[in-house]
Amino acid sequence: MGSCCYSPSPSSSHLLVTDFFSWGFKSSKLPFLQQKRRFDRSQRASKICGYHGLRTPPYKLDALEPYMSLKTLEMHWGGHHRNYVEGLNKQLEKNDILYGFTMDELVKVTYNNGNPLPEFNNAAQVWNHDFFWESMQPGGGDMPKLGVLQQIEKDFGSFTNFREKFVEAALTLFGSGWVWLVLKKEEKRLAVIKTSNGICPLVWDDIPIISLDMWEHAYYLDYKNDKGKYVNVFMNHLVSWNAAMARMARAEAFVNLGEPKIPIA
Amino acid sequence: MAFRPLLSRTLGLTQTLTHSHNLSQLRGLQTFSLPDLSYDYGALEPAISGEIMQLHHQKHHQAYITNYNKALEQLEDAIAKGDSSSVVKLQSAIKFNGGGHINHSIFWKNLSPVSEGGGEPPHGSLGWAIDTHFGSMEVLVQKINAEGAALQGSGWVWLGLDKESKKLVVDTTANQDPLVTKGANLVPLLGIDVWEHAYYLQYKNVRPDYLKNIWKVINWKYASQVYGKECP
Repeated sequence: MGSCCYSPSPSSSHLLVTDFFSWGFKSSKLPFLQQKRRFDRSQRASKICGYHGLRTPPYKLDALEPYMSLKTLEMHWGGHHRNYVEGLNKQLEKNDILYGFTMDELVKVTYNNGNPLPEFNNAAQVWNHDFFWESMQPGGGDMPKLGVLQQIEKDFGSFTNFREKFVEAALTLFGSGWVWLVLKKEEKRLAVIKTSNGICPLVWDDIPIISLDMWEHAYYLDYKNDKGKYVNVFMNHLVSWNAAMARMARAEAFVNLGEPKIPIA
Repeated sequence: MAFRPLLSRTLGLTQTLTHSHNLSQLRGLQTFSLPDLSYDYGALEPAISGEIMQLHHQKHHQAYITNYNKALEQLEDAIAKGDSSSVVKLQSAIKFNGGGHINHSIFWKNLSPVSEGGGEPPHGSLGWAIDTHFGSMEVLVQKINAEGAALQGSGWVWLGLDKESKKLVVDTTANQDPLVTKGANLVPLLGIDVWEHAYYLQYKNVRPDYLKNIWKVINWKYASQVYGKECP
């Protein structure tokens, strides 16, 4: 269950072309590296092995303009997100036990039931940002359709009510954090939740459907302190209900949302 | 005799009038307003840009004050009505917004332009105390910068004085928690805001650069004053 990723793109624990040269000896299957390796052996011995890669968003960095600027994407993805990935890899280098875990597993294990290990912050933030980029799309916003809309209307009364709750949660967050639309496993319903710093609903076994980054770095360059504008722009122009639909479909494999269809004899 | 009921009726009327206006002032609720800076927004350049100072002061600090006042009024109401669940529910808003007001009010006094002594290290008892407790000013600065850079999320890094033991401490608080939440005897001498809004427009995600440069405009005179009051 833990190895099932909530995203259609390849798992970030696979070798990415961009991380080609940060891999050390683990990439022994690549012939044209062999020559380089012979010369670099002594230097390579101390280089970091990239366990996890920085996954690129499913759109060009300027594709979300004018709602989220290229500058923000470059800073947020290329700076913050990249730092979390590199920080995580540095920590994993020293930790044999966590090697080989997928991102989902890492987040849950390092959360350690509320007493987080030092790797948690980096692991969770890598996961959160991967999820966030995929929660947005160029030409996003508008309204969900079909099953997602039905479930929202069932659990919130109406889409408008859900939207209000989501925006309110975003604006009443104290400090840094995230706002989520999750499918709660136990209660078998959708809910809006907010988390602080890097906490991710995966740690409570809930299934995230959509997320919004409310750390100041996510909106400050574009909107300064106008959080309200940022959140509304996200809901109107950025949120990807397509991604939500895919995630819901996958989530239904783990949570039974239907009414039991008992045949009448 | 006819006058008495008339008099009591007019008195009753004025009573209700004062009750509907200035209700909070009648009961003595103090509200808060944005303190002025003793320097221009641009006076701390190039360490902190004028744009950041203006936004930080006029938008962020003002928002904390506005929401703090609102929460206090709601709290007063709830206390008067004996509505315990509302009283408790309001605590987090008061801690956050009130803390924001306290912390930023100290922060503005912790900064001053170079022309007015910003960046000049403390002489006198505070300077001596720093050397005794930390070894040197450089060690203290390094410690504060390290803790500030390592802080996850939003918060503050402080140089404080433990009133009881008379020892200097370096500590961090999360979000807008004032230093006193880390110890009832702690008096803040110097606080550095490491929320992203404090540096992002200028330093982007390189918080260590912000921490390195802010020392050029730190107002040690104020810290020395506070220290001197507690340790005469």
